[in-house]
Amino acid sequence: MSKQINIALIGNPNTGKTSVFNALTGLNQQVGNYPGITVEKKEGICKLDRNLKAHVIDLPGTYSLNASSLDENVVIELLLNKNDKDFPDVVVVVSDVENLKRNLLLFTQIKDLEIPTILAINMADRMDYKGISLDIPYLETQLKTKIALISTRKKTGIDDLKALIQNYKEMSSEPCLNASEIDKDYFDRLRVAFPNQLLYKLWLVITQDVNFGKTNRKEIDAITSFKTKSAGDLKRLQQKETIKRYQFINNVLKVGQTVDASQAKDLRSKLDRILTHKIFGYLIFFLILLVIFQAIYDWSSVPMDLIDTAFAHLSEWTKNALPAGDFTNLLAEGIIPGLGGIVIFIPQIAFLFLFIAILEESGYMSRVVFLMDKIMRRFGLSGKSIVPLISGTACAIPAIMATRNIESWKERLITILVTPFTTCAARLPVYLIIISLVIPEGSFIGISYQALTLMLLYLIGFGSAVFSAYLLNKVLNINSKTFFVVEMPNYKLPLLKNVGLTVLEKTKSFVVGAGKIILAISIVLWVLASYGPGENFNNAEEIVTEKYATQNLTEEALNKKIASHKLEHSFIGISGRAIEPAIRPLGYDWKIGIAIVSSFAAREVFVGTLATIYSVGSDDEETIKNRMAGEVNPILGGPLFNFASGISLLLFYAFAMQCMSTLAIVKRETNSWKWPAYQLVVMTALAYIVALASYQLLK
Amino acid sequence: MSTTLADLKKGETAVIIDVSSIEIPLKLLEMGCLPGNNVQLVQIAPFSDPMYLNINGSHLAIRKETAIHVLIEKVNE
Repeated sequence: MSKQINIALIGNPNTGKTSVFNALTGLNQQVGNYPGITVEKKEGICKLDRNLKAHVIDLPGTYSLNASSLDENVVIELLLNKNDKDFPDVVVVVSDVENLKRNLLLFTQIKDLEIPTILAINMADRMDYKGISLDIPYLETQLKTKIALISTRKKTGIDDLKALIQNYKEMSSEPCLNASEIDKDYFDRLRVAFPNQLLYKLWLVITQDVNFGKTNRKEIDAITSFKTKSAGDLKRLQQKETIKRYQFINNVLKVGQTVDASQAKDLRSKLDRILTHKIFGYLIFFLILLVIFQAIYDWSSVPMDLIDTAFAHLSEWTKNALPAGDFTNLLAEGIIPGLGGIVIFIPQIAFLFLFIAILEESGYMSRVVFLMDKIMRRFGLSGKSIVPLISGTACAIPAIMATRNIESWKERLITILVTPFTTCAARLPVYLIIISLVIPEGSFIGISYQALTLMLLYLIGFGSAVFSAYLLNKVLNINSKTFFVVEMPNYKLPLLKNVGLTVLEKTKSFVVGAGKIILAISIVLWVLASYGPGENFNNAEEIVTEKYATQNLTEEALNKKIASHKLEHSFIGISGRAIEPAIRPLGYDWKIGIAIVSSFAAREVFVGTLATIYSVGSDDEETIKNRMAGEVNPILGGPLFNFASGISLLLFYAFAMQCMSTLAIVKRETNSWKWPAYQLVVMTALAYIVALASYQLLK
Repeated sequence: MSTTLADLKKGETAVIIDVSSIEIPLKLLEMGCLPGNNVQLVQIAPFSDPMYLNINGSHLAIRKETAIHVLIEKVNE
């Protein structure tokens, strides 16, 4: 019989806690969500010996047990709830040898909850480099714990840590200091009121409830009645507690740690001088952005083409290999292209996550945040908004997930709301075909008009994101105290294993999360386009054959005419016609209407839909283009895609919120339908108005 | 006129005298911004905000609007 114990990894951010988690569990890990909130839950299994396994949970990084964000609150909720199935038998506090003092604050708080706690001092390989030496036996006695000196980079000390975990029963659960001394009178009264409870636990519950909604803590529910201190008094006491803890830690480290500053080598200040320089800093950041863009647009085009071809072949093969019928059609025309539509974004998204992971692991991202904060703040954003806005040029979905580390809810919400304005990869195919149709060739000081138009569209996207942030900042009446504290971590060479696992896990969560929605929509669209009511749809073949009987069409051409006729009278065709009066003032006909309706799920569907409508079998762009160029405006005569309607369409796509997956992610991240609904209504209305105005002015 | 953290110039070191417990987030205190600790201005961002500090061995950046609530005394070297 093998036994399983629970371990919780807790530590400050940037201590390599996740590296320790990866070292303990390897690929034996999974990422989920805590019920009801979008905080990631990382857990895994570590085999200690033949009879003992450990369930390891990697808790969000935190500086203390006084939570100021949902992520941090998860840590406290777990430590306060003995009945939680994940409640740890032993806690491992992961700390960084260079920041031991600050790391020990959290350690002493956990010790005071009387939970057995091991101290893992990570990055031990840097001790010589920084001239640090530690008196481990002394520290172990003073802190009433066992210490493992580890280095996840050099892969040392992990076995020592495992051995300590294995003997967890020998760990002391005695507290390090007596926090109740900060206000003896108050804590005495607390002890009398709740004689059966641990005093420090009560204190945490009281201070936590001030900041967060109460959770289900039946055993000490009565504590809500124990309100003898104001919020200001409590905060003063927390401050007193912090000072007291630091006094204790300083005294311990005075003896237990010696730092020989003359031995320390300082790479950080040299790099900082360049990377945060007022000119070079921006220049380097700009160059890094260029490389990222290059990767997303250029390097990823090879695997994307391969995926595209593979799915086209698969679809073709399915059609030929399976018996003809509705199910085969649904598979070949609905589900497989739908899946392909998700899979094709994997290279771009993986590249993006790769770069972001490297920038974050190396410590560089904090420097960008530092450089950009003042500029971004003018628009109601934070320095931390820069990451989502950059990511948004690939795809808004990972970009919105990247807003999580923005502390101020208002700044985070604004960032989430404006990110979809940035020109994502899905707008590109739409832009390209319309530009080639309506923008004349020729050039202005050596740059072609068409390239200029594309650049202008990118600028419009970024500009409207920043401008609407500015407006939202004025309009939104959210009183969240904006405080901004960014740790500037040491520069580190990113660990391949960490970066690889992050890319793998983030990409997987995108494909599964967004994939489900895209798949569902593509099935619905297929059904709507493949079925229709009445004579016109069901007898399409006879009607079309009769109509063109005199023209001697080839069988292929006739089949295309039939398909086109069917589409016109399918459910989606009927809805296209229904919205025609609304879009005619924008310069569009019902066919463009269908393309707009069907691309509601995802913008890139636009081109594909037009291809089908204009009964072009192949995906050859030239052919679609020629067909589109030949379309005649049914009312005014002249080409349907002229300069006015083309510009109107471009602007419509620049502003419209046409991405179901983004809306779903916004719902998930803001935990309400209100914000995605606002986005949808406001952006669509804006797109309509701008498109209307431009068409009416230009026509 | 008392000197605050916002008055610190690049490269200068000071000792923290007092912090306003109402205006300063607890998180900053936990990172070592406490009376008696040393603070050095490592770097200041373009447009003179935020400030990149070394407080008691912790490296962090805060905005000026927060820094004005920390009273300091400059150390002459």
